[in-house]
Amino acid sequence: MGKLISMEGNQAAAEAMRQINPDVVAAYPITPQTEVVQTFAQFVADGRVDTEFITVESEHSAMSACVGAAAAGTRVMTATSANGMALMWEILYIAASTRLPIVMALVNRALSANINIHCDHSDSMGARDAGWIQLYCENSQEVYDTLIQAVRIAEHPQVRLPVMVCYDGFIISHAVECLKLLEDKEVQEFVGEFKPVNSLLDIAHPHTFGPLDLYDFYFEHKRQQIEAYGPAKQVIVEIGKQFSALSGREYGLFEGYRLQDARLAIVLLGSAAGTAKEAVDRLRADGLPIGLLKLRAFRPFPSEELIQLLGGFEAVAVLDRAVSFGATAGPLFTEISSALFRADRRPLLVNYIYGLGGRDIDIEDIQKVGEELERTAERGKTEQLVDYVSVRE
Amino acid sequence: MKITPDTGWKKLPQGGVILEAGNAEQYITGSWRTFRPIRDEQKCTNCLLCWIHCPDSSIIVENAKIVGIDYDHCKGCGICAEVCPPRIKAITMVEERKTDDLK
Repeated sequence: MGKLISMEGNQAAAEAMRQINPDVVAAYPITPQTEVVQTFAQFVADGRVDTEFITVESEHSAMSACVGAAAAGTRVMTATSANGMALMWEILYIAASTRLPIVMALVNRALSANINIHCDHSDSMGARDAGWIQLYCENSQEVYDTLIQAVRIAEHPQVRLPVMVCYDGFIISHAVECLKLLEDKEVQEFVGEFKPVNSLLDIAHPHTFGPLDLYDFYFEHKRQQIEAYGPAKQVIVEIGKQFSALSGREYGLFEGYRLQDARLAIVLLGSAAGTAKEAVDRLRADGLPIGLLKLRAFRPFPSEELIQLLGGFEAVAVLDRAVSFGATAGPLFTEISSALFRADRRPLLVNYIYGLGGRDIDIEDIQKVGEELERTAERGKTEQLVDYVSVRE
Repeated sequence: MKITPDTGWKKLPQGGVILEAGNAEQYITGSWRTFRPIRDEQKCTNCLLCWIHCPDSSIIVENAKIVGIDYDHCKGCGICAEVCPPRIKAITMVEERKTDDLK
């Protein structure tokens, strides 16, 4: 069995990377991700991993090096945040479209301007159409566990897509938490040896990666890429089951908290789930039939499962830690409402934007959301579609 | 497997990877050309400078002698005409619309 240890979220990510022992890591430091790269670079310097660490001059180069290394047939990992990922933008699409199983720790941070180093989900939400699988974590334990699972998910023969493991900057990345680590050997056995499908280094069978692909074939390749997300959903569940057999910790597409007998629900991503669980407990103590749905997989988006789960609810509040400027509502809300459009019984929906640029959300804020949600259910209609938590008028 | 213009998405190799080498030959790029290199066999000394410099391997050589130009792949860049020695000048670039088959 593994040991119980206290460490920061970024150290937990670096520890998972050490145990995975990837062939190649190419990364560039950026707050709040820096410590992942710094800690891992020390593992490389101390000879504790066999990884080829490629130091680069920018994130554009970091992701480009990852693409090259993955096309060469190696297991590749990287990490970044916000503006760093914005600089990777072009190559994010290339990694996904070329079906390269790169695993990236994305430490969520607000995008400029103005310059802000704290958490929101504007970076990963902006990249939601890049073709990466996106998994969101509530705490350091989930970061550690999810990175290990992500390797298997990305490399699964029916998936072969890059995976972004998203966790909240500072709130998770720099907070010291207790977590259970697996033994090195257990992690090595779980991830297994990487067997690339195609390799640039296979000189007996020369392949061309990323060729010109015009109106005669590009559409077919995109159609094929769309299809990988169906198996991806099943694979996330399957690998989650295998991981819980090893660790005793449950993982799937989402986690429901006190939802069974609930008529009201709050849906959100990431670290705010911990705060929301406490708020749900307090609201339950006041007699409110409310539960929490913490979404883990945003891409692939579990539409069918959410129709099943939320279809019969009276009212649902979706909390977004990002905005989509000029859109109907926040990105998570838009996704949920479009899924629930097909439900036989649609709940009333409200959207709250919270936590931009690291603005704290506390238990009382979420309690208030729950109380307003009950009033919405009593009224039988949504009066204000989008509201903002803790923003000064 | 053989990829044809009719191959559907279910059968294509994933990620747009091309699994067979040497397939650029199947892509006819000669239609991009606006100037066509015409070689004068009488003047040509078979020094093969054009063959060395051609970026599209379009100078066809057999037994150390130039036997023709691959117009299916020649893009008309004119490098062959440029490197042909000044006293020989066996290759001239002729506008496509003035070549025999378009007159």
